[in-house]
Amino acid sequence: MADGESSREATARTLRNAFGNVFSFFILLLIGILAFSIRLFSVIKYESVIHEFDPYFNYRVTQFLTKNGIYDFWNWFDDRTWYPLGRVIGGTVYPGLTLTAGTLWWLLNSLNIPLSVETVCVFTAPIFSAFASWATYLLTKEVKGTGAGLTAAVLLAMVPSYISRSVAGSYDNEAVAIFALIFTFYLYIKTLNTGSLFYATLNALAYFYMVCSWGGYTFIINLIPMHVLLCIVTGRYSSRLYIAYAPLVVLGTLLAALVPVVGFNAVMTSEHFASFLVFIIIHVVALVYHVKGNLSPRMFKVAVTLVVSVGLVVCCAMIAVLIALVASSPTKGWSGRSLSLLDPTYASKYIPIIASVSEHQPPTWPSYFMDINVLAFLVPAGIIACFLPLSDASSFVVLYIVTAVYFSGVMVRLMLVFAPAACIMSGIALSEAFNVLTRSIKFQLPGSSGISQSGDTSMNTEGEQNDIAKTEKMDETAKERPSKKNKRKEKEPVVKASIRSRIERRLLVLPLEASVIAIILLVLLGAFYVKVACKVDAALNVHALLTSTLEKSSRVGRWKLVHCVWAAAEAYSAPSIVLTTYSREGGLHVFDDFREAYAWLSHNTEVDDKVASWWDYGYQTTAMANRTVIVDNNTWNNTHIATVGTAMSSPEKAAWEIFNSLDVKYVLVVFGGLVGYPSDDINKFLWMVRIGGGVFPHIKEPDYLRDGQYRIDSQATPTMLNCLMYKLSYYRFVETDGKAFDRVRQTEIGKKYFKLTHFEEKASSTSSPKRSGTGKRNPWH
Amino acid sequence: MARSISMEAAGLTLAFLILTFLTISAASSTNQIQILNAERRIDLSSHIVKVFLTLKVENVMTAPASEIVLAFPPAQADHLALVKAQAAIGKKKKKSYVHLDVNPTELPDAPNGTKYFSISLLNPLSLGETATLEVLYILTHSLKPFPAEISQSESQLVYFRDSALILSPYHVKQQTTFLKTPSTKVESFTRVEPTKFAGRELKYGPYEDRPPYSFSPVTVHLENNSPFAVVEELLREVEISHWGNIQITEHYKLVHAGARHKGVFSRVEYQSRPSFSGTSSFKHLLASLPPRVHSVYYRDDIGNISSSHLRSDYRKSELEIEPRYPLFGGWKATFVIGYGLPLEDFLFESPDGKRYLNFSFGCPLAETVVDKLTIKVVLPEGSKDPSAAVPFPVEQRLETKYSYLDVVGRTVLVLEKKNVVPEHITPFQVYYTFKPIFMLAEPLMLASVFFLFFVACLAYLHNDLSIRK
Repeated sequence: MADGESSREATARTLRNAFGNVFSFFILLLIGILAFSIRLFSVIKYESVIHEFDPYFNYRVTQFLTKNGIYDFWNWFDDRTWYPLGRVIGGTVYPGLTLTAGTLWWLLNSLNIPLSVETVCVFTAPIFSAFASWATYLLTKEVKGTGAGLTAAVLLAMVPSYISRSVAGSYDNEAVAIFALIFTFYLYIKTLNTGSLFYATLNALAYFYMVCSWGGYTFIINLIPMHVLLCIVTGRYSSRLYIAYAPLVVLGTLLAALVPVVGFNAVMTSEHFASFLVFIIIHVVALVYHVKGNLSPRMFKVAVTLVVSVGLVVCCAMIAVLIALVASSPTKGWSGRSLSLLDPTYASKYIPIIASVSEHQPPTWPSYFMDINVLAFLVPAGIIACFLPLSDASSFVVLYIVTAVYFSGVMVRLMLVFAPAACIMSGIALSEAFNVLTRSIKFQLPGSSGISQSGDTSMNTEGEQNDIAKTEKMDETAKERPSKKNKRKEKEPVVKASIRSRIERRLLVLPLEASVIAIILLVLLGAFYVKVACKVDAALNVHALLTSTLEKSSRVGRWKLVHCVWAAAEAYSAPSIVLTTYSREGGLHVFDDFREAYAWLSHNTEVDDKVASWWDYGYQTTAMANRTVIVDNNTWNNTHIATVGTAMSSPEKAAWEIFNSLDVKYVLVVFGGLVGYPSDDINKFLWMVRIGGGVFPHIKEPDYLRDGQYRIDSQATPTMLNCLMYKLSYYRFVETDGKAFDRVRQTEIGKKYFKLTHFEEKASSTSSPKRSGTGKRNPWH
Repeated sequence: MARSISMEAAGLTLAFLILTFLTISAASSTNQIQILNAERRIDLSSHIVKVFLTLKVENVMTAPASEIVLAFPPAQADHLALVKAQAAIGKKKKKSYVHLDVNPTELPDAPNGTKYFSISLLNPLSLGETATLEVLYILTHSLKPFPAEISQSESQLVYFRDSALILSPYHVKQQTTFLKTPSTKVESFTRVEPTKFAGRELKYGPYEDRPPYSFSPVTVHLENNSPFAVVEELLREVEISHWGNIQITEHYKLVHAGARHKGVFSRVEYQSRPSFSGTSSFKHLLASLPPRVHSVYYRDDIGNISSSHLRSDYRKSELEIEPRYPLFGGWKATFVIGYGLPLEDFLFESPDGKRYLNFSFGCPLAETVVDKLTIKVVLPEGSKDPSAAVPFPVEQRLETKYSYLDVVGRTVLVLEKKNVVPEHITPFQVYYTFKPIFMLAEPLMLASVFFLFFVACLAYLHNDLSIRK
């Protein structure tokens, strides 16, 4: 009887497992589709086009790669940018994204699926966000089981912070890097849980992919050592930890050094030192454990004193050498961006160019709320859940979220690293909550309470029992995982363990009514999360379009009211090179001035003409207009940017001399005063002055400010009213409405009637739109 | 019945033989024919110059004349896009026109490189018989902007050069030439008395009794602000899918071929005073597409161009497109228009079991000249024996294209023609054979790939591949 029952139970279990697997497979598939399709708003609402600035560069590089092949790509010296210096693209770009999209394109084309490079680039980010949510599933599953994994995957698929960086068309490094990041963490945890060298090798490869893709790989190579150190300090050292860490450092560093942009930095810069230090420590610890295992306790004590005394001397010497080396380099071996991570005030003090990028600013509180909204409340619960019980894996996740919170607090861009951690934590929290609540209900439902002990096999209750068995199974798998304490338990007979856990669970039971209500509330919350999105979507549509010209900061207010992923997708979908508004009659008006200007440049200027503009537009000009630019968004040469900044802030003649020395024939200026487009060059002008003044002391910021205020009206300083930027922007502006009223600055301009002496207007973009991109040319050329 | 047909055929062959014989003999004697009355109307209102020539010819020799020769000075011949001729049959009310064949030809004693086209008459003219011919020929790139560079506020002036007298290998008894100008503004014109300019019409003639090859060059300097839209290269790709759709993709390289723009382009001025500023520039174009057109797109290398309107009814669809910026003289723009059409409107089966595509040649944009037109007809995979029937000479060749999941590739019939004007928009046919079974090739391929994938999955799950036991 017992035999038959157990075999039947076994088949039932396999069957249930099979169903469970298929079920979670389909859920994962749906999550992937959700992650992919939620990012397509930009294509549906606008068009299949590359967004923003950096993606245009990546797109251009991908085009080059697909046209000229991989070898030419590594050797590519780009003479279309940073004129007359040029830029070695092959050696200064993280090639991961480009190679990924290039490979995708090549694969599709070898199957005779004629998709253009642009299409592939546009859809790379959504595809990889589907991968990223699967990777999140795997990672969270390793930490807290399948349920938590699925929840975390759903959350990651919809988290606004990640959506903002991975909508279709935002073809940037982060698009693939987040997947690589999560996948590397997953493989690390997997290796830690299994102790398999196979996964360790895969981990090193995943790390290599991450290094290829994004500068943020330093986060991995610092976080993992920190975790290893934590494990060692808390006495959780095991051979699995060694296998997870040592191959990663050796293989990973070797592989990282293969990437041209990293090269010797992988062993030379301070960002990587932590990993080497921990590498040494883990070896020492491994040796200690090994020796400890072989010697008797007394002998071991003697050995320890001997080694410690000798080791201290050696260590001191080495640390001294190390410190001397590090101190000899001006930035202490840290790159500017990394330094600004450690010291948030660093950039604004020393490198205005890093500070001038909006995504390098510290985020505001509302932006946390907007980017991860409801998850922010679930994270603490998730952290608590990670401590019951604490395993190697869950301690890693806790460490991850703690560091990510700090980094995201320094730089708004790193919110992206924080988002997956928040999703994992919230996934764990939600699934734990469901676990507790459903269990409470199950144990208290009338008629089912006594069954588990009596071993009744009636048809009704079998399901109940199976459920219990399932949760037991989950517990078992959770307990199979690391932590030395649990290891002992594994040896105990399963029956005993299950009885004990059952008793434990009975103690944790909540009142039936409370748990039913809580479950309903949780479900409602989930439904609300999506439903509100649907409902509000329509209303917001109009609202969003009305306010589309407003800055992101003003959107925040709206997001406080409605936490909805869909609308977030809407907010983040605008490709930034096109804007749309509805006219009063309900017709759609499209502002397409950026592309108008680029198309004009591309078709109506000589191929070798040089175009000067502020660096924001450098990538787009090279990619869309195919013209040589002086500076671009890869801000590697501060002096060069300062030269352009100086020219823009100089009077016409001086500016002409600077531009003439750079062979510039056209100057591109973005002006939004006519239609109220706020991110135009006049608003960026102070940065030009600051950056220019940083290198050329004759440009002084106070000259452009009246009593510390930046203004362009009649109170403006004469230096301001005579600088090139002012003149190019407001040339003949008064003829548009007779008053020269600037809609962005909400004021009439200071100097209305003037002539250009050294430049002439060559072309400016359409109708009444916000931006008149003015290509102006020197008359003597 | 059959007998009469064969009789007719024999008669035709005979007539044909005589015709060829006569052609040879006629070539040697151009004084066989004299032109009683010639009237030429030159339409200069757009940048495509249309010339309507009405000739009343008479045979003055005993030998029957079966063809009339038109002569063109070499400068004009290079810009000649099309020559069409028709003969009027019947009197006054029941007048109808019959299309006549026009072919380039050579005459032995051609002075100064004159080029000839011969019009084959329906019935040879016997002695004293007359016939009325109507000829239309079209010249492109024949208006030379002068001054060659203008600023934004100036209007565009062009030179038109021709002869006051019709160049002809025949004796012309009486002739008149009318020039229709786009506006009343004419800077200057050569006088060859009698010459009269009134309203928008410049009249040369009538001139009496001019010997063969009389020539009297005239130059007209006139204002022409019509859009000089020239498509330097147009590639039209017609992709046939037997699943019910024809996909057309058209790649344009557009240029404003008028006087080059010089100096400043002021947007403020352009928008505030549209009638004085940039009059020769143009900012929209009209493309006429077939009815029932769907999924129309209009874009260029850097994305969608958001300024276009589609109006469509059951007879035709009109697509109004705006380039990204107004085109001034010498400015260029490239773009792509694509659309889908229902297959049943264009694909038919001929009596001999072949399928044929009936599609229109030429450029859908109104009033544009295409310097080089390439039409690629992509036939479905597995189709054989492609052949094209085009009413005028074009270059043809075959290519292979690989598209979605193709294995053997699709046959592409490429048609090329230079100097294409709107009058070339006439239907042409592409014949090919196709077995419907080929339609299933790709779905079957996909299905089998998925099947194999699942089989592989099954095999993997049911066999333990690990080395360890």
